[in-house]
Amino acid sequence: MCLGIPGQIVAITENQLAEVDFSGVRREVSLMLCPDLKVGDYCLVHVGFAIQRLEEEEALETLKLLDEFLEASDESSSEA
Amino acid sequence: MNPLPRHDEGKLAPLLLEKIGELADLPMRLMEVCGTHTVAIFRSGIRSLLPQGVELISGPGCPVCVTPAGEIDRAITLARRDGVILATFGDLMRVPGSSSSLQQERASGADIRIVLSPLDALQMAQDHPERAVCFFAVGFETTSPAIAAAVQEAKRKGLANFYLLSSQRIIPPAIRALLSGGRVKIDGFILPGHVSVIIGRAPYLLISEEFGLPGVITGFEPLDILEGIYMLLRQREEGRTSIEIQYSRAVKEEGNQHALAILNAVFTPVDARWRGLGTIPKSGLVLREGFSALDAAQAFDLPYEEVEDPPGCLCGEVLQGIHRPPDCALFGTRCTPEDPIGPCMVSSEGSCAAYYKYGRGDEGK
Repeated sequence: MCLGIPGQIVAITENQLAEVDFSGVRREVSLMLCPDLKVGDYCLVHVGFAIQRLEEEEALETLKLLDEFLEASDESSSEA
Repeated sequence: MNPLPRHDEGKLAPLLLEKIGELADLPMRLMEVCGTHTVAIFRSGIRSLLPQGVELISGPGCPVCVTPAGEIDRAITLARRDGVILATFGDLMRVPGSSSSLQQERASGADIRIVLSPLDALQMAQDHPERAVCFFAVGFETTSPAIAAAVQEAKRKGLANFYLLSSQRIIPPAIRALLSGGRVKIDGFILPGHVSVIIGRAPYLLISEEFGLPGVITGFEPLDILEGIYMLLRQREEGRTSIEIQYSRAVKEEGNQHALAILNAVFTPVDARWRGLGTIPKSGLVLREGFSALDAAQAFDLPYEEVEDPPGCLCGEVLQGIHRPPDCALFGTRCTPEDPIGPCMVSSEGSCAAYYKYGRGDEGK
């Protein structure tokens, strides 16, 4: 039940409502829980509400660990 | 947005599994608390890929599953009242009460409507001023701020025909109850990503500080889950027990303070009954005094009556990770997704439904 769907804000209409694009499908979403969101921001949407801004930099940062593994494995395979 | 930009699952998953394998020299039992994780783990086949020593067990994080039958009965009583429209999330429709379900009641003529958002129920109240629109709300901290915001809106708009029947629960007290009970051995927690979007990291510190166990707040993509498992094993390897955030693209240390402020303005914690876990102190949410006119349980005088679990049903033990679904004599025989007896088979996020649909997932080990 705690599904969160990522989408991008394409317009902010009125009264804390935004139009959000979910990979091509557009829906109206409430910004009541995230009033600072702006057009262009990515956000996580749950039961019709944006619940958090998704941080693109963090998204890249999160899997830094994986990149390190990948580099290590590339190095070891090029050594081999 | 691709939630994991630049990353290639096909290449990275084997690498992570290799790293997990290197650290899995001793057995480690990890509980995924959240039902959304349970489904993601089964669907992606992660169980069958993990090394022998790493065991995943499902916990009490499916809101539908932990709602006691007595609370379903209360919603049914309400739906049968004249002039009532009962609005609820679709997941609840098939959950059995003591003698009926919301779906059966709807077939018998009760006006029960599925909504995708609490705001849909609010709109319904505006569209039907002559009816009492009662929103039967289940959910954890992920959902409660949205419900709170809808309640604030109802009050702001002066809607006199919108009511809330609250079956909302909060996660950290359930984790404490589970660990205090001592009936199940857990070596670490895969913590729920979207509950944590709201509450942040601090509420889980009880896991490391009171019980000396590690926890990692984890996202829902297969790579997220593998990385979360790796981070748990790494903590053990390094002799640490702390609460870490793997899902940092969505979870901030402090959570969503704005959403929490709305939640706390509308709701207050109370002792609540959980299926399987019994009554847990301060683990449920009810409307604060300023909003009590919207409380359906008060407005419609709906007392709570205890209902025994169906004979033979092991949902209570399954929810605590004490038993696995196939341990239940009803599993797959008398209890199936088409004709469920217990809530863990009803909800698509219940572990019985996941076992039924995807198999045990660890065959061949």
